[in-house]
Amino acid sequence: MSFWFWHGLRKGIRSTRYPAAMEVAPGVSPGRPINTDFPSLDEAQRAAASCPVNAIIAHGRSTFVDPGKCIHCQRCHLCASPMHWDDGYEWTRLPAKPGESEMLPAPFAKSLHVMVVDAGDCGACLHEVKQLNNPLYNMHRLGFFFTATPRAADLLLVVGPVSENMRGPLLKTWEAMPTTRRVMAVGSCAINGGVFGRSFMCAGGVGSVLPVDLEVPGNPPPPLAVLHGLLVATRRKPLKKVESITEGRS
Amino acid sequence: MGTSSSPTQGSERASLSDLAAAIQERFTDGVSQNPANHGHALSYSLMQPGLLPVVCSFLFWDRGCMFGGIVTEEQPNRWQLHYLFLVPAAGWIEVALSLPIETTTVPSIVAEVHAADWHEREIEDLFGIHFDKHPRLGDFVLHDQIWHEGIDPMRKSFSASRPQLERQVDLEWEPILIVGDPGSFAMPVGPVYNGGVGESLHFLLETVGEDVIRAIPRLFYNYRAVEKIAEGKTITEALLLAERFSATSAFAHSMAFSQAIERICSVRVPERAALLRIVIGELERLRHHAGAIAAICESTALAVPAAHASIIEEELLRASCVFTGHRYLFGLNAPGGLSRDFEAPDCENLLLAVDKAEEQLRILDGRLHYSSSFLDRLEDVGVVTDENARDLNLVGPIGRASGQYCDLRKASPYTGYEQLTFEVPCETEGDGYARLRVLFVEATQSTKLMHQAIGALKPGPISVPCEAGCSGAALGWAEAPRGATLHWVRLDDRGLVERYRAITPSFNNWLGFHVAAENFAFQDFPIILATWGLSATECDR
Repeated sequence: MSFWFWHGLRKGIRSTRYPAAMEVAPGVSPGRPINTDFPSLDEAQRAAASCPVNAIIAHGRSTFVDPGKCIHCQRCHLCASPMHWDDGYEWTRLPAKPGESEMLPAPFAKSLHVMVVDAGDCGACLHEVKQLNNPLYNMHRLGFFFTATPRAADLLLVVGPVSENMRGPLLKTWEAMPTTRRVMAVGSCAINGGVFGRSFMCAGGVGSVLPVDLEVPGNPPPPLAVLHGLLVATRRKPLKKVESITEGRS
Repeated sequence: MGTSSSPTQGSERASLSDLAAAIQERFTDGVSQNPANHGHALSYSLMQPGLLPVVCSFLFWDRGCMFGGIVTEEQPNRWQLHYLFLVPAAGWIEVALSLPIETTTVPSIVAEVHAADWHEREIEDLFGIHFDKHPRLGDFVLHDQIWHEGIDPMRKSFSASRPQLERQVDLEWEPILIVGDPGSFAMPVGPVYNGGVGESLHFLLETVGEDVIRAIPRLFYNYRAVEKIAEGKTITEALLLAERFSATSAFAHSMAFSQAIERICSVRVPERAALLRIVIGELERLRHHAGAIAAICESTALAVPAAHASIIEEELLRASCVFTGHRYLFGLNAPGGLSRDFEAPDCENLLLAVDKAEEQLRILDGRLHYSSSFLDRLEDVGVVTDENARDLNLVGPIGRASGQYCDLRKASPYTGYEQLTFEVPCETEGDGYARLRVLFVEATQSTKLMHQAIGALKPGPISVPCEAGCSGAALGWAEAPRGATLHWVRLDDRGLVERYRAITPSFNNWLGFHVAAENFAFQDFPIILATWGLSATECDR
């Protein structure tokens, strides 16, 4: 059995250097479409029409993307007039109606306990969140921990569009958390219901049940995007100013 | 360890016509044969509802068919119930029961075919059809403490978009307990547990101390009513739902859905697309199995192999992203083929990454065989006997660890698996270690299949159009990483989805999970759970 010790040692340190340096290994992020100017009106219209969830709006020769709606179906990437592509993963943003609260205060910067709730998730976002525990991302080195009890949790990380059967357990978890607490919605389903939308069984996003402080768009957001969200929540990364559709129009 | 031999082509016809003759002889006027349709090789209409249990029992027990599931349809004036069975290596059989819409009670087949238990519970909960003599109905998909009786969401008259505001939480609600001995108690686990990083589901573990006597899973916390909200949608919109209700097996589900549509539109997928579907489907299987192996190592607190396996899994996720543009293989399947083509150098790079992953898995496999403390936790733990596995119709790697060798890639080949050579692992011990061995062998076979499929690629079209406006019903199937998945679709005259039913391997296997967990100690429970590797969200839809 001692061979496991040597087996582990021989592998060396595999963890990413992010956030000290950007991780550029191929495949860490699927990327996402960004606002694009096309040479003709027609192409802009076509790019917008390729989106099945209306995340792309054409305005003249320009197209604007709502990253919260994007489901990474790649149709706008593979179509005849492809959108420009952002290969990064620093996507965290404030919700459309941000809560009163700011990012977590300084004492949380080096030790943050995260409570994860699967509220009707398809398994992708949850799986990506779980990947943060593997040696390649190793979120422990940054002082982030998953906790098994809401009593010890500082941040509630919610994935999924909030199914009716999970609404109660989600609220109970939130109520059991001590203040100061923050809520982070991870994935487009948690932001606005995603492909499941709003129905008798789906609340259509965490925002309709709880006050959300931060959103991590993506379907699913890759592990580094979730890590970026945690770094923003603890003020270790600045919140990037993202131009919204309405700002882009004006 | 043995491997099942590939089915001989000649015996297919023989076994089907033989079966048709046997059914005709046994039930004479009770059944009438329909022309083969919907992807079924044989289709029967049942003339007397009372015959249903006998017919199902005859197919399942006397003729050794695999039970596929039940599909319920509400038509304007009638209920249509389709009971699906598979004759291995021959084809699907449908037993259809048509009843007037006023019918409220249907004979239950649970006493004969235990595997139908949850199907009948789901239909009762969602359609309001009562199954006569079913031992336990109610509180299934719609949890009783928040949904009052009388709501039948799958009925056509029920509006999916209307929020149920009048719902009230019943604070008095209590689960039914089975063990009533003095000193016994029930330990609830979930729905938020395991640091929340586990999927949402609930277990009621009844015990008198050390051993779990009854393990009752309560699922459907993640129920998003995918089958209901798919109704009235276009094929393209419904495809998004079929693909995204369970991300860890997204490709297999979207492939089964696409195949159903292709069958309705009578479209044949080009050979290049069919082979690439095999490549991507096997990539998904390999990645899933690496993740499942990581979870098993983690459940026994063997940290180094758990880390090793999760690195392999992440490397495969990255390879998937480089190859297809998405880490979970979303957005690739489309009715009629694939949404994009792949260049030869990309395929070569994928094979390099896959070979590397397979080599790493091989090293891991070799060392785990010598980890005595690890093996002690798996061997003879969570045992499912052949008889139980057959009785509960267990599918996928779990079934194959308990002597149920049915693999749709062999038993009902699709998308060209019949042209490729591969082996299906067969184990009989039915314990956690057997399930782990099955995962390792299947991962190796997946790599082998990807090499063959990429080697056989020829230039050609990647998709053919599925004409809009086709109507009809059909069954599509695939062997997902966790086992057989069936997608049954009916399109209306405008080409919109009228009824969609997804029967998933997790739905099938959760029914049998309690057999493995019961009569083992509490500390074995998480390990048994990990060796089963089931997904709650795949079951819930």
